[in-house]
Amino acid sequence: MTAPLLRVEHVMVQIGGLVAVSDLGFEVGQGEVVSLIGPNGAGKTTAFNAITGYIRPRRGTIHFEGRDIIGLSPERIAALGLVRSFQRTSIFGACTVLENALMALHLRGRAGLLEAFIPLPGRRREEARLRDEAMAMLDFVGLSARAAARADSLAYGEQRRLGIALAAAAAPRLLLLDEPAAGLNPSETADCMALIRQLRDRGTTILLVEHDMAMVMRISDRIVVLNQGRIIADGPPAAIRENPEVIRAYLGGAPEGVGHAAA
Amino acid sequence: MSGLVGWAFVLAMALLPVVAPDPYMLAVLTSAGIFIIGAISLNLLLGYTGQLSLGHAAFFGLGAYASALASLGFDIGIGFGMRLRLEPQPVYVGFLSAILVAGVFGWLLGRLAFRIRGAYFVIITICFAQVLRMLALNWVELTQGPMALVGIPPFSLWWPGQGVVDLTSKAQTYWLVLGVGVLAFLVVRQIVHSRIGRALVALRENETLARSVGIRATHYLVIATVVSAGIAGAAGSLFAHYVRIVDPDVFLFIYTVTMVIMVITGGKGTLWGPVVGGLIFGLLPDMLRGSARPEAQWIAYGAAMILLVMFLPRGIVPAVAAWLPARRPATQALPTPVREGVG
Amino acid sequence: MDQALQHLVNGTVLGGTYALLGIGLTLIFGVMRVVNFTHGELYTFGAYMTYALVSLLQLDFFLSLLLATLLGVALGAAIEVLLLRPLRGADIDSVMLAMIGAALVLQNAAMWAWGGVAKLVPTPFGGTPLVLGPVSVMPLRLFVLGVACALLLGFWLLLERTRAGIAMRATFQDSETASLMGVRVGWVSTATFAIGSGLAAAAGALLGPVFMVSPTMGDLVGLKAFAIVILGGLGNLPGAVIGGFALGYVEEFGGGFVSTEYRDAFGFLLIILVLAIRPQGLVALKERVG
Repeated sequence: MTAPLLRVEHVMVQIGGLVAVSDLGFEVGQGEVVSLIGPNGAGKTTAFNAITGYIRPRRGTIHFEGRDIIGLSPERIAALGLVRSFQRTSIFGACTVLENALMALHLRGRAGLLEAFIPLPGRRREEARLRDEAMAMLDFVGLSARAAARADSLAYGEQRRLGIALAAAAAPRLLLLDEPAAGLNPSETADCMALIRQLRDRGTTILLVEHDMAMVMRISDRIVVLNQGRIIADGPPAAIRENPEVIRAYLGGAPEGVGHAAA
Repeated sequence: MSGLVGWAFVLAMALLPVVAPDPYMLAVLTSAGIFIIGAISLNLLLGYTGQLSLGHAAFFGLGAYASALASLGFDIGIGFGMRLRLEPQPVYVGFLSAILVAGVFGWLLGRLAFRIRGAYFVIITICFAQVLRMLALNWVELTQGPMALVGIPPFSLWWPGQGVVDLTSKAQTYWLVLGVGVLAFLVVRQIVHSRIGRALVALRENETLARSVGIRATHYLVIATVVSAGIAGAAGSLFAHYVRIVDPDVFLFIYTVTMVIMVITGGKGTLWGPVVGGLIFGLLPDMLRGSARPEAQWIAYGAAMILLVMFLPRGIVPAVAAWLPARRPATQALPTPVREGVG
Repeated sequence: MDQALQHLVNGTVLGGTYALLGIGLTLIFGVMRVVNFTHGELYTFGAYMTYALVSLLQLDFFLSLLLATLLGVALGAAIEVLLLRPLRGADIDSVMLAMIGAALVLQNAAMWAWGGVAKLVPTPFGGTPLVLGPVSVMPLRLFVLGVACALLLGFWLLLERTRAGIAMRATFQDSETASLMGVRVGWVSTATFAIGSGLAAAAGALLGPVFMVSPTMGDLVGLKAFAIVILGGLGNLPGAVIGGFALGYVEEFGGGFVSTEYRDAFGFLLIILVLAIRPQGLVALKERVG
């Protein structure tokens, strides 16, 4: 395998004086689907926040394509090709679905203040291209029929799909999905899984946080298990299923919810 | 409002001095127009970025002082025995420097204030205007303090065949304000309909998500502030050369409040909102004058603000647009913000 | 040196009332998430009520101070019930706009009722300053400082020792949990706003006799209250006290040693500086993560 796309080493994150993640280290290789799992409070979302620049780790390094990204703003990190989705706040509610997609394609456009005033042909071409890309993305997630609807009028499952579409819109190299299947019914979960596979087939590397174990086991190339702020296992799904430490962590060896290593 | 209706409105307003040359009405419309330009600029911040900026009078006042000082000239000590002198400049130089000075301060405030959000942002913008007011009151050598800058020249324009002419008649000033107003409207419209406008609305709707797709929050908010401040500065310049006297009261909170009321009455985040709200609140006080005390006017403003927030939080334009579902506003590329319903 | 000592004393006297103003504002923000733009108007209200009671009704000075404060409490409760209650659940910007509207109404009502001419409130204190070594203080100002400190202490006891105070502190920390645990958040909000308003009215009642009473006296004071609260961090009670004294000293020393004209501007420059360097306020506590 060539140099990993993402390399996280010895990352420690404190939130309000509590250690949320004590020693995080894992890699994501080009083209892989990697799942980050662990009991509630294990620090999964914190790890996402650290990788995407929303929280600054106290210690450790995070390299994306060989480049140190600690201290960069979320928007800089996105511009490098590392984009995430969110568990809850995932759409621009008062805008139409198409506008949502256009906003998410921000990085694919160039127009600045000058282009806003001078009707250069390039500007029109760019707008037309962005619209095409937006429609293609909506088509991809099966929302093109709802393009003119307000985003917050979509059904819950559709909103989740739109959320993934927004993160995937600008064709990032690495896509971080935070519980994409949370709250979905079985058939919607199957759709979601198919969507993730399609994204991978388009060449997007995916790092996933997910609670639905059946989905994780079926979709992942590799699974990283986090418990109480540190990595306890890392390997292919079959090996993780058998790992005694993982079983212990999930079956109540450690009290659930007391994930803060400081405790 | 479709583009055609918009231009018809502009044409009707332009023909008004010819059709009904009532000097009193023209004067009222001119001063209303100046504040409408301020409201149009405020709407870019309040409506499209969603930042409740309550120091807008600062940019208006800076524009007024910059324009007045450039056209009057000044000679001040700047320490170490050095002096800074400026000979009186033509009025158009004053107008341009008003835009420039306000824009630079907009950039400064934007850089400073957009690191914070919510209540802190609101308070820092208020303090900003307050500091400028104190500066204007106390830097007597430059601003004449409370004695005010007087004798500010009227606007002048270069006209083919006649050279530079002073715009002294009511109709001429009215047309100038109308022209600048149309320009300000177009500037805001172009920005709102561009990739920048989309980024601004994305930041307003969901800043965390917007940043995650690579929209640089500070960058775009600063652009919006600079443009907004520049337009407000232009309005301040018009004000200075129209009333021809500028005192530190141009920085008063009450001017900001006036513009805020205009924007939320008409509908923040809609292009026509500040125009509609501005016409209502620009003309209403003059209709009430004579029949009521000035305090009554401000009490009415305050009460109107409370009632609007309670019963028409989105403003008039979106309410009317919802009433006419068949005629979807074509000039509105982006939907109006829908705040949490009240009641 | 002597001059510095005099400024220190003056700054302390000023800081005491500033702390009183700041703590009411920060309490209201902390419990209700409301930026109270009527704070300065309640200050004005307190001052005018004192004037009315002392000069027009010929009541005792000390009794008038008490009554003015209680009237401030009543006005605050009325604002909460009539204005803030219907707006519960609205976003913070809408509430701010409504509060600005209310401030406009109150200020102009004061202008209408009392006219623009400033009023003087007679006091039982003499005009001769108390001289202590190099420092001299007017007895009235010393009294004001004493009452301000007593009110701060009383307020602290209220928060720490009474059931109402405990309910308030619980709402302050987490209104949702507090309501689940049986705290009547609606009632707590009314009480909070009333008490915060009462403290502002008390500050006005105390300082009205020191300076003059005018309809616009609350303008600057309202802004200064914001300054104090920002210095201390919004919603931080001890921070408001520290911020109040800090502003008092900055104004006194800045006015004394740098420039008298810009005396009032120092506070605002300080805020802008503080926000540029430490946006969370000088004495910010660590954010709680839920």
